[in-house]
Amino acid sequence: MISVLRRLQPIGGAHFLSSPGSHPRAFHRVLSLQFQTNFHTPRDGAPDMADTILEMRSITKEFPGVKALQDVNLAVRRGDIHAICGENGAGKSTLMKVLSGVYPVGSYDGEIYFEGELCQFSDIRGSEERGIVIIHQELALIPYLSIAENIFLGNERAGRGGMIDWNRTNAEAGELLSRVGLKENPVTRVMDIGVGKQQLVEIAKALSKKVKLLILDEPTAALNDVDSDHLLGLLRGLQIEGITSIIISHKLNEIKAIADSTTIIRDGRSIETLDMKVGDTSEARIIKLMVGRDLENRYPEHVPHIGEEELLRIEDWTVHHPQQHDRVIVSGANMSIRKGEIVGLAGLMGAGRTELAMSVFGRAYGSRITGRIYKEGKEIRLHTIADAIDHGLAYATEDRKRYGLNLIEDIKRNISMASLPKLSARGWVNENEEFAVANNFRNSMNIKAPTVLSITGKLSGGNQQKVVLSKWIYSDPDVLILDEPTRGIDVGAKYEIYLIINQLADAGKGVLVISSELPELLGICDRIYTLSAGHITGEVARADATPELLMTYMTKDQRSLTDLPPEAVQDPDNSVALPGRSAIDARIDQGIDPGARPGLATTAPVALPADPPVGTQAGTGSSPLQPVTLDRPNPTKD
Amino acid sequence: MASDVSLTKAPTPQIPGSPGSDFLSRLRRRGLGQSGIYVAFVLILLLFAIITNFKIVTPANLSNLINQYGYILILAIGMVIVIIAGHIDLSVGSIVGVAGAISGVFVVRMGYPVWLGVILTLVVGALIGAFQGYWVAYFGIPAFIVTLAGMLAFRGLTQLILGNLQISPFPSSYRNIGSGFLEGFFGKFTVPGFLGGGRADIFTVIVGLLCIVALTMSQLRTRSARRKYRQPVGSMAAFATRTAVSAIVIMYFVLQLSKYKGLPVVLIILAVLVLVYGAVTQRSVFGRHIYAIGGNLNAATLSGIKVKSVTFWIFVNMGVLSALAGIVFAARLNLANPTNGNTFELSAIAAAFIGGAAVTGGVGRVTGAIVGGLIMGVLLNGMSLLGIDPSYQQVIQGLVLLAAVAFDVFNKRRAGSR
Repeated sequence: MISVLRRLQPIGGAHFLSSPGSHPRAFHRVLSLQFQTNFHTPRDGAPDMADTILEMRSITKEFPGVKALQDVNLAVRRGDIHAICGENGAGKSTLMKVLSGVYPVGSYDGEIYFEGELCQFSDIRGSEERGIVIIHQELALIPYLSIAENIFLGNERAGRGGMIDWNRTNAEAGELLSRVGLKENPVTRVMDIGVGKQQLVEIAKALSKKVKLLILDEPTAALNDVDSDHLLGLLRGLQIEGITSIIISHKLNEIKAIADSTTIIRDGRSIETLDMKVGDTSEARIIKLMVGRDLENRYPEHVPHIGEEELLRIEDWTVHHPQQHDRVIVSGANMSIRKGEIVGLAGLMGAGRTELAMSVFGRAYGSRITGRIYKEGKEIRLHTIADAIDHGLAYATEDRKRYGLNLIEDIKRNISMASLPKLSARGWVNENEEFAVANNFRNSMNIKAPTVLSITGKLSGGNQQKVVLSKWIYSDPDVLILDEPTRGIDVGAKYEIYLIINQLADAGKGVLVISSELPELLGICDRIYTLSAGHITGEVARADATPELLMTYMTKDQRSLTDLPPEAVQDPDNSVALPGRSAIDARIDQGIDPGARPGLATTAPVALPADPPVGTQAGTGSSPLQPVTLDRPNPTKD
Repeated sequence: MASDVSLTKAPTPQIPGSPGSDFLSRLRRRGLGQSGIYVAFVLILLLFAIITNFKIVTPANLSNLINQYGYILILAIGMVIVIIAGHIDLSVGSIVGVAGAISGVFVVRMGYPVWLGVILTLVVGALIGAFQGYWVAYFGIPAFIVTLAGMLAFRGLTQLILGNLQISPFPSSYRNIGSGFLEGFFGKFTVPGFLGGGRADIFTVIVGLLCIVALTMSQLRTRSARRKYRQPVGSMAAFATRTAVSAIVIMYFVLQLSKYKGLPVVLIILAVLVLVYGAVTQRSVFGRHIYAIGGNLNAATLSGIKVKSVTFWIFVNMGVLSALAGIVFAARLNLANPTNGNTFELSAIAAAFIGGAAVTGGVGRVTGAIVGGLIMGVLLNGMSLLGIDPSYQQVIQGLVLLAAVAFDVFNKRRAGSR
């Protein structure tokens, strides 16, 4: 994988400068372009296709009662990486569904020209035949099938009599995998590789369909920085091969790094298309166009009031894989969270962040868990999730749709899900009280829904996240663990979530934020731990923290791999997320602690900001977010 | 009403479409999926009333209908709970067989008093449910497999218990559970001509009136509780109309029954079960946990819900209800037979799905399952009255199940495309 990055990185910087002759495919592309312009006469009204591969003209798409898209125009230059930006619900995905034929012709107004021809797709197959391939945010891979089977799914390499030619299938899959820089055996099952690699399999699948225009819907949302970089490098590589990409992303730094032009969509309208090489293309400008207002600071100002009392301390915490009992996932972790403190946990994907958090939360993950947990100085034993909740812990998951919400139920029942005993007397739920509680949260958390009886599955990501947070805030915890609290949420809603986190800290709670986005951790946390391959490798106070420093700690074990014997590095299980990950595991299995190597300090010195403690008012449990009981009579219980 | 107006100015602003604000909008919000089943039931009943020349609503036939499908409805109550939790139980028909056989052994062969025999049989049902629940909840075997195994094993067990012989006759007090009536405590009265004439049982009518009073009282209490919590309530006129319509329907039904033999014991059992299980599923913490588990198992687990224990008790409950249905069925037939309860599981599952339960779990209601079972009962009874060949009846029954679920899926798709 390192070699792949090396291969892609130098190319990425100078892709348009490379001469056609040095890239046979690019040369071929120029030839075919000339062929088209010479012999193909565009019809009346068709746009000049000299360098525009796709033009969508005044697309309007209505759902019953809602105009999802209104008069949207989009023009994509051939060979560009074109970004589409917008808040959640702005209509980006709808536009891509119109383009790819998910919404068939006739269900929308407007015209689509692809390579100069008017396209009227009635299904996805139609668009794929033309070379338009969309990769959705939720990957469409079948976990139990092999990589090769997934790549050629619906497009099988069959020999005579319709029987699949496995040799050809696996050989061609292997070629595609090397094109996307994925070192995996084509017969490996998709469930056995990580999300980052699965994303690459999706791209390999698209390549197998002779893709001309590749659409990626939030491809890096679930990826860590290293995997994201690899993916973006790959897009650059494909660009040189002549493939045009449309990328939908919330991550503005990525867009800035990779896009040639950016179209901003807001409230179902195309606002502006920026040429990223001309004029002001700062993140601030893009954000302003996206939200229609100035967002001066992406992270709210917050003066921490950190108490002296330690709310939660984890000592020597070791967790093993739930099925493979001898595989160490978290090794000897020590952490502490104080009253009113926002603590960050940084780490690359696969470092064990979620696993660490969930194992603390009533052993929701892992096996053979050892170590001690202290709550306010006293040792506690948490055997079940119910124990953890009783001891004032809350864990808001990174995957709210799968692990956080009952999507077919309403807001009210989701908010009360973890605290029903509080709302009930002798086993019977007080539904009126429940309604009132949920309604207060709807107001205080600014959940945008007509009533608390709205089904959570129909809310936007940001509002769903607010429901998850409401659920845990209502359980009245002392320590909240928030795993990727702003994943897949638009900029405006992110800001609101940060405000909520600050309010929780001000109310004397301890908050542990796990995030893949370093700027986010730097923007909101008072102190940050770094985790690498299951080891806490650093602890940095806000004042000292820089992305570079954190990344150094987060990749500590990886760096040390250069010292390893070569056969350990060339392990076939080599991963995109963590090169030589299995090598580390092997070392751990041998009882060698990579963190204890000479020259590798286990933790960095900590310098905490000297703030006056607020121990007197903290810990009363009356957060400003706690729904106020106003003048409602007979609340069953407090 | 003045108070309704003032509510819109309450500190917590209410948006139109909040509960109870308007009956029609509530109907629309809940979709036809939930209320459609009740409408469909009324239409089917009316249709058969017309084409059978009102034979289907005669006193004798209504009483018959209840006794004939009561045990399926009992099973449907347990089944819909299992289905809401995202499981299935294929073994209930075989448990019906075991329960009939065991109660026969206790009551007839061993001569135990009926009450003791019934209690012991229910305990056996609970043990069977606990056995299956253990494998599903704590061992993690899919309920489909566990209960398929149970379906085979318990059918065999029934034959073993009975030694391939039937047990009959049962004592009359046992038979009453399945086919008895309560009547004649206060004598009879002559029904005025405009209500159809004839003689009716006073006790039955009094019970009917008490039901109406209780229903109205509980509705009024709910209403005032909502108002205390500053939640909007519907207008008094709409409330009164709704209550009046329910009262008329109940009274008509009770009057018909009182003209025959009075209150069927099965109806009393069913009424108690519907009240209890309706409340448990909708209002209790346990019930909420069932919906949460079926809706999203992972989210429920991470919310601290004790998934294994809830699943276990759901199956224990299903075992008890299956045993109860087994007693009712054996009492009605006056016979414990190795084939008792064959294919009952399929009727119970069909009733739950016709009643709006979702295959994926998390959705369904006890009242829905009851109405689903009644739809099937009315269809079969009506077709029998019309003299339609039983083979056709089965074909139609199958098509109705398919149509009901197809309608549900169609509704969801339409709602989802918005």
